[in-house]
Amino acid sequence: MDILLTHGPMLVIIAGLVGFFMAWGIGANDVANAMGTSVGSKALTIKQAILIAMVFEFAGAYLAGGEVTSTIRKGIIDASYFIDTPELLVFGMISALFAAATWLLIASILGWPVSTTHSIVGAIVGFAAVGVSPDAVEWSKVLGIVGSWIVTPLISGIIAFIIFNSAQKLIFDTDNPLTQAKRYVPIYMFLAGFVLSLVTITKGLKHLGLNIGTGEGFLYAAIVAVLVAFVGKLFINRIQFDENAAKKIHYANVEKVFAILMIVTACAMAFAHGSNDVANAIGPLAAVVSIVGNDGEIAAKSAIAWWILPLGGFGIVAGLALFGHKVIATIGNGITHLTPSRGFAAELAAACTVVIASGTGLPISTTQTLVGAVLGVGMARGIAAINLSVVRNIVVSWVITLPVGAGLSIVFFWGMVAIFT
Amino acid sequence: MARNSILGVFAKSPIKPLEKHIRLVTKCCNQLPAFFAACAVQDWSTAGKVRSKISKYERDADALKRQIRLELPGGLFMPVDRADLLELLTQQDKIANKAKDIAGRILGRKLVIPETLQASFVTYVARNIDAAEKAADAINELDDLLETGFRGREVALVEKMINQLDAIEDDTDGMQIKLRSELLAIENDLNPVDVMFLYQIIEWIGDLADLAERVGSRLEILLARK
Repeated sequence: MDILLTHGPMLVIIAGLVGFFMAWGIGANDVANAMGTSVGSKALTIKQAILIAMVFEFAGAYLAGGEVTSTIRKGIIDASYFIDTPELLVFGMISALFAAATWLLIASILGWPVSTTHSIVGAIVGFAAVGVSPDAVEWSKVLGIVGSWIVTPLISGIIAFIIFNSAQKLIFDTDNPLTQAKRYVPIYMFLAGFVLSLVTITKGLKHLGLNIGTGEGFLYAAIVAVLVAFVGKLFINRIQFDENAAKKIHYANVEKVFAILMIVTACAMAFAHGSNDVANAIGPLAAVVSIVGNDGEIAAKSAIAWWILPLGGFGIVAGLALFGHKVIATIGNGITHLTPSRGFAAELAAACTVVIASGTGLPISTTQTLVGAVLGVGMARGIAAINLSVVRNIVVSWVITLPVGAGLSIVFFWGMVAIFT
Repeated sequence: MARNSILGVFAKSPIKPLEKHIRLVTKCCNQLPAFFAACAVQDWSTAGKVRSKISKYERDADALKRQIRLELPGGLFMPVDRADLLELLTQQDKIANKAKDIAGRILGRKLVIPETLQASFVTYVARNIDAAEKAADAINELDDLLETGFRGREVALVEKMINQLDAIEDDTDGMQIKLRSELLAIENDLNPVDVMFLYQIIEWIGDLADLAERVGSRLEILLARK
């Protein structure tokens, strides 16, 4: 108890710094995964992608990041176990943050695809199970989270398969794909706008003091979605179509329409990524702040301090602004056969899956959900070649990240305990 | 850094290179009329230049073929079967090889096409090149096929092209029979060795359409699987 009273402010500052560092790392690295498909299919330039990512990552983090933050903060660990020793929880959360951020840094330098979500969950479970006691972990919740890592790529793959096939039926396999594209693409925009705003309105706005009922939520979401579709339609009408090309390579014009749609899904993806991944940085921070703020009492139900979500949002944006450019530039080259009509299906499916998971508070991996969606489009015979060895790498890195995150966090935890006691 | 991202998942598409390859192959074939025109007036230096052009395109096609093979390792998840794709590539390449062989054999022997055969010979060559062009048209639909997920109208369109290709090949068979009988009628007046080679050249030119047809059937198999 004394430790928290004497070192309280310093611990909060340390947690804030490490949390910001983690958010920064998420912005610098992970965002490439969220925006890469849009840049790769040449629907967006790098500059546009960075701008969209900045706005929508922040919006997602701030507006819809609360639920997952709560899960990371208090869903994984049994708080009652720490009532007598709240300082251990504070040390543990800081260690977990530090471990996840370090692992993220190492993996980025070595070029390994890691999931920030997996590293933070692994780290929290690690310090609690080994550093404190296996009973301190809510194993049933952890199992649920790990289960969601398998289920969500599957779900997003199935959604992507359905979306892609619907686009084939409605647009590509028709007499006049271009007219059909102009007619149906706004509907996909509506869908993207609807899912995103619905989850945000019903789940995300609570912490802003807005309590909107489900019925009203549907209404508002529909209004936002109609607006999105309308604006999208305006932009589609403004495209200059190459009439000569229309006869020979008609699909090139159709793809132009999909490129507009892809801007919408890119926004959705950035929003989804922000809403789910910001928690990896600020969940532990929120826990530390709440414990120290309550003088060591672990409050069962307390709001997240007002400055925490924006801090995470700014961290992500800062990482983006400084390094996102370089990261996206490296990956944006050499992708020729990812056309907007495939990218959109994958992104829309992944964004919907991630946002819905965020709404239910499940911390999932954005990258793996997107990989699941890409495989879904591949199953529908939509992508020229998918590198299964890279897919395997991503899956392997997911498995490796858990024990490494846990191990690092245990080491840091023992170090902190030794220093402060 | 590239591996640390979702885009590493997308491997290089073999479809554009495959289309580029068949374009090189048709370029090879399209030199043949100019080559035979030069041969008809016994302008061997021009013929030699055209032949070296053919041989250059053939080498380019070979290099591209090798590159495509190297960039198509196992472990890729593709909408079409990898073995089918590689087999298609091999068939495409054989057309270019055949065009090079024809030019080489004619130039090597300074073989002259008899005056009376010229007219039907020229149309015969042109028709065989038509077959190669048709095959190329069908292959060039591959990117549109990808757009439509290898089904629906686009498949019907390609199947129609393959049928047209078959019809052209039938045509060349008929022309070949006619050309051979014309040669038979005059063969007693010619050098016997030249006659042997003339028969061989006629057969080889006919092979262009045969090979093009085989490209079409490989494409059909490619579409039929899965």
